[in-house]
Amino acid sequence: MSSLHDLEVNLRAAIARARVRIKGTIHDPAWMIAEMIIPMFSIGGFILLYKALGAPASYSGYVIVGGAMIAFWTNMLWGMAAQFYWEKEVGNLEIYFVAPISRMAILLGMALGSIITMLLRVFGIIFFGILLFNVSLNIADPMAVTIIFSLTLASLYSLGMVFSSLYLLWGREAWKLNELMVEPTYFLSGFFFQIRGNAAVPLALQVASSIIPMTFGLDGLRKVLVLGQSTQFVLLEISVLVVFSVILFVAARYVLRYMENLGKKEGRLTLRWQ
Amino acid sequence: MEQVSRAFRISAEKEVLALNDVTLNVKEGEVFGLLGPNGAGKTTLIKILATLLLPSKGKAFVAGYDVVKDSSKVRKVINLVSGGETPGYGSITTRENLWFFSQLYGLPKEEATKRMVKLSEELALEEYLNTRSHKLSTGYRQRLNLARGLINDPKVLFLDEPTLGLDVITAKRMRQIIRNRVKNNSGNSILITTHYMIEADQICDRIAIIDRGKIIALGTPAELKKMVSKQTIVSIEMQPIDDMSFVSSVAGVSGYSQADELSTGSIKIKVILDHEAVLQNVIQAVSSRGGKIFGIAKAEPTLEDVYIALVGKGFEQFT
Repeated sequence: MSSLHDLEVNLRAAIARARVRIKGTIHDPAWMIAEMIIPMFSIGGFILLYKALGAPASYSGYVIVGGAMIAFWTNMLWGMAAQFYWEKEVGNLEIYFVAPISRMAILLGMALGSIITMLLRVFGIIFFGILLFNVSLNIADPMAVTIIFSLTLASLYSLGMVFSSLYLLWGREAWKLNELMVEPTYFLSGFFFQIRGNAAVPLALQVASSIIPMTFGLDGLRKVLVLGQSTQFVLLEISVLVVFSVILFVAARYVLRYMENLGKKEGRLTLRWQ
Repeated sequence: MEQVSRAFRISAEKEVLALNDVTLNVKEGEVFGLLGPNGAGKTTLIKILATLLLPSKGKAFVAGYDVVKDSSKVRKVINLVSGGETPGYGSITTRENLWFFSQLYGLPKEEATKRMVKLSEELALEEYLNTRSHKLSTGYRQRLNLARGLINDPKVLFLDEPTLGLDVITAKRMRQIIRNRVKNNSGNSILITTHYMIEADQICDRIAIIDRGKIIALGTPAELKKMVSKQTIVSIEMQPIDDMSFVSSVAGVSGYSQADELSTGSIKIKVILDHEAVLQNVIQAVSSRGGKIFGIAKAEPTLEDVYIALVGKGFEQFT
């Protein structure tokens, strides 16, 4: 009975946290519109380049998928991993840590809220991509799209949960880690071009890219969204993403608990200490 | 709290003892005050009880639960409000923030709505329920902060300098609400830290005076004031002298505090004397250093005098 009640409290907290993020976005629609339009410049640049080089039409589709998924990667880094740092700065971390809820519930709420708001941006990018650059998507198996997309987000936000625990204690130092992970990941995950199976990319780089869940997510999504392939052709991507999601989620739970205890021991969970 | 100590490492070689062997017991249904200057260890003590910090030594319990071993049980019966901080989200409204806070305690919709209405009435927040939090004034943000602290009707409420930086009217209203809460619901307790003597005097049933991590006195405000009832307290307005520390070396002086009188350019020193005859020695000491005295008045004992008598100086002399 007690654990059921605890589960209910945690679910309520997660939904409430997601709601805060969504409401915050609704109250500031200009930001959302800017978020849809600004990425179109780099996306457009790559599409025009591929067209000028006479690359296959599918390459433009790859760019659209990559450009749309970048939204989730940057959101995971700045809107989720770094969130505990901001929460500490404004005094909200204290609220969460004295409330009878799991820290995972708060992170889950942040992830849910982010996914919902980011979906709008993703749809916007795809819409403008199709409208402005005449890019065509080829969806033959919607179920495969749903599975790959959900697993990509699950593994991505589980990674965000691991990073957020670092922010609990490291603060500004972890900030630099975020900055380090933006451009290299754009390159290694192949946001604007395919990495795995691409003859132009050295094998070592292809192997290095395999440690990032986004690489497999992008590969899978490109296959089911652009090349029109079905589930049986993305079984490897699905399996790897499942493994990433489980490992990262479990790791996040432990790392978060460890960091919280360390923070309490060292007195670094809050800003005021005396 | 039993013999709780807490040390902070501030560099490779240096450690600061923020709490030093503190033992105290807050009763059910009382407002208990922790009075001390900045850096005395008040916030450290509250953070340990609120499960945000681990003690380096000793044991602490809240509502019978160990704050280290049963921290999740402790969190179900407490809440914490820190003054000077404005938690919540500025991009959403007061109502949305309150709703969010209620959900961190799993309150069902009807219960959450009922409490939100009651708290916004008590704290005069109704007018601002649909205002985004970042547009609220400091006073109203702190009201929202207090509403957050009360939303789960905590058995034990920790208030860390709740009226810090507030205007007189808002601070008074908040003190009334804090006092009424315990008066109307005798099962709930409040532990409040403050460095405002008047605040502690007005709302606390009992007070512990804390200095450099140690409890140096504990009792009701009346009991504490009684500690200096045999002494004479005088307030001297005089021309400023660079170094006033000579006052404490006058034989028969227990301590003194000093405050600038900005309107006149003079200073006011409050001196605790072992007996009235010592006043003559103080006057002589001031005169021998070229100090000009404008007025002398006898004062009734306050909590500040208790602190001065115990520590030898007032809060404002801590930097």
